[in-house]
Formats: sequence, C-alpha cells, structure tokens
Amino acid sequence: MTLIPRSRAGHPPAYAPGYKTSVPRSPKQALISMSATPTEDTGPTFGHAMLGELDNNLILNFTGTPAIGERIVVYGRVLDECGRPVPNALIEVWQANAGGRYRHKKDGYLAPLDPNFGGCGRAITGEDGSYEFLTVKPGAYPWPNGPNDWRPAHIHFSIFGHSFGQRLISQMYFEGDPLIARCPIVNTIPDKSAIDRLVAPLDMNRSKPLDFLAYKFDIVLRGTRQTLFENKMEGM
Amino acid sequence: MVQPLDYLPETPSQTAGPYVHIGTTPNFLGNGGIYPEDLGLKPFPDDAPGDRITISGKVYDGTGTPLRDVLLESWQADASGTYGPGTQGWARLPADGDTGVWTLETVKPGAVGGMAPHIALWIVARGINIGLQTRLYFDGDDLSTDPVLARIEHKIRIPTLVAKSDGPGSWTFDIHLQGPDETIFFDM
Repeated sequence: MTLIPRSRAGHPPAYAPGYKTSVPRSPKQALISMSATPTEDTGPTFGHAMLGELDNNLILNFTGTPAIGERIVVYGRVLDECGRPVPNALIEVWQANAGGRYRHKKDGYLAPLDPNFGGCGRAITGEDGSYEFLTVKPGAYPWPNGPNDWRPAHIHFSIFGHSFGQRLISQMYFEGDPLIARCPIVNTIPDKSAIDRLVAPLDMNRSKPLDFLAYKFDIVLRGTRQTLFENKMEGM
Repeated sequence: MVQPLDYLPETPSQTAGPYVHIGTTPNFLGNGGIYPEDLGLKPFPDDAPGDRITISGKVYDGTGTPLRDVLLESWQADASGTYGPGTQGWARLPADGDTGVWTLETVKPGAVGGMAPHIALWIVARGINIGLQTRLYFDGDDLSTDPVLARIEHKIRIPTLVAKSDGPGSWTFDIHLQGPDETIFFDM
C-alpha cells in the first residue's frame, strides 16, 4: 500500500497573511515533493483498550459533575479518499468551554473557566469508521489578529489514520454560524467548497429529545493506492 | 461525458492553534485527571535493544524566536530497521512553554528500505496552516546513497536535515521555519 500523493488544492497555503501568525511561521522555500516511502506509509496503531469509559464524554470526563453549556453530540465517520472506512483511527478533540474560554494558562479571556470542563476528549473509530463525542457547544471568542477578530465556535480535531503520512489536524465549525465567513483562520482556505467540508450540519434525527442536539462531521484522510500491479503476490 | 471518479477530497487542514497541548498532551500542560497519562510519552520500552540517544532542539520562526507552543511528533524504525508494532517508534514532543525546547529520548533507528537511519518529524503549531513534514538524519552516517536525500536539488540545504552530535548519545536538531537556514520540508 502506498499513499496517494497529497492534493494541496483544498488545503490552506502555509503563507496566508490574513492570519498574521502564519507570516513568520510559513516556510518560504518550496516543499520537496516525492513519493511516500515506508516511513510515511506506516504509522502507530492504537487499540480500543487504551480508552477510558468517559474519554469521549467531555461533559463528564473532567470531574464527573456535568459541564455547563448546550449539550451536543458530534458524530461521523473517518473515510479515506477512496471512500473506504478507516477503522481504529484515533481522534482527539479539544475545545473552549461554553463561554469561549480554554483551560490553558495562556488564555486570559474574560469568560470564566468552568470548573467541570477540561476541554479534551478522544475516541477510536469502529469497523465502519464511526465515532461519537458528547460535549457542550463551545463559545465564540475574540483573538488578537485584526483589530476585532472573533473565532467562530469550533472543535479542534487531530486524526491518526493508519500511516504517518495521513496525519491531519483540522477544525470543525457549526452550521449557520455567521462568524465562519468572517474568520481569518477559516479564510486561509482559498476554496469555498473546501471550507464547506469543515462545517457540520445539525442532524435532528441523531439528536435526543429533551437531552442533546447532534452535529455530523465526516473526515477524509489521504487514500492508498492498491493495484494488482503494485502489490504483486509472490511468484507473479 | 465520462464516468465519474468517485474519490473523496481530503479534509482541509486547519492550524492546530495555540492550545494544541490541551488536546494532545493534557498532563504535560497541567490539565491532569482526564487521561492516566499522555500518549506518546516515549517511543520504545526502556529495555528495547539499540543505542539510547537523546535529541533536543527548538523550532525557530522567521524572526529567530523559538516557538513555545509547538508540538512535534516523531516516527521511526527500531534499531533493527522495523516499524511498529503498536505505537512503538512514535512519540510526542511538546515544546517547553517557557524555552521552546523539545526533547526526544529514543533508540537510534536502523536503516530501512535502502534509506539511511532517520526519524520523520511532523510539526504543528499556531500559525502553521498544515502540518510540516521533515526528517532528521544523523551526522557521521553514510548519507550518500539515501534515495530521499538524492532527490534534493539544492545539496547546500541537506545539512538542515542532519542532527549534530554534542556528546556521547546526545544530539541537537534545530528547525528553522524561514531564513538562510530554513529546514527542508517535504510533501510526501
């Protein structure tokens, strides 16, 4: 199995001056492109046994007392570019609390910490690539970039597929948020249709009456090339 | 008209932001109580065969300032040149929040696939819109036949991929995002 070369068209470029921190942190030389080697085609594998019972429950996994906020489920599947489900993918998420404050010593926003919200969770996908988190909807918050920039409500996602060359970090946004179109980080992505793929729709069918709303977020990782001519069996 | 090619586009990357450690190394950050321990604390068990080495460095931005909010991940073969099993060979290297120093304690990888011993690094942080891929090779190894290095046109840049020894089992590897010493980053 060899990774399909990454198409960069849907990704943000390294240098996106609307997001000011990318200016001093973007490589100026061209990336060196070449085919993946065994180093990129392999990667760590994670087992379901490493998970704690509440790892994917951000409402309860910090103190056991429920966090404050709008209760939501975020669910979806991890697929590869060929449409195949990716089982046993490790998904880690982190987010601000319902007021838009992170549990981090360098976040000094006015909104208070929630003593019962840690802000991270993790899950491993099932055989069909599916995963699910229970959390609170994160709040929007201001950040120093332009004179009055605000982040739309978002959840950070870190995903491990089956190879180190598939490694991906992204952010999920929520359907209908007027801050999405105004966000300099969102707008590092030049392709509007690519931005749409980061916006999770509300799914009333997966919501639970009198309990939580649900949002769907499918994730696509780099695919692998599998042809008879490349993966020759012994003796062919 | 032709038949459609039924591929799905890869999910677009977004920056890991300033708080990547909340989600990836919460215990390192001081947010204990959620997971018993952080993932990727060390790449191999303490009794794994091979030469024990320590590699440390910083990641510098274009002004020469070290990134203190950066997270690196490393992936390497074991001393015999084998990948895996499980999480063996993989580690997370959060930068120190004050100094920006990251440290990897591991075993020196063996050669694999005709390539010289190397460690793959993946770098994410605020201001980095898509994770950066680079590689660490070792000064003193024969790098002349490595097929990846052979593909690099500007040989003058290859030293940016080579860790320097600063004592027995101790190596330094700094990464420069910009400037005359800009590290080589890959798309592979």
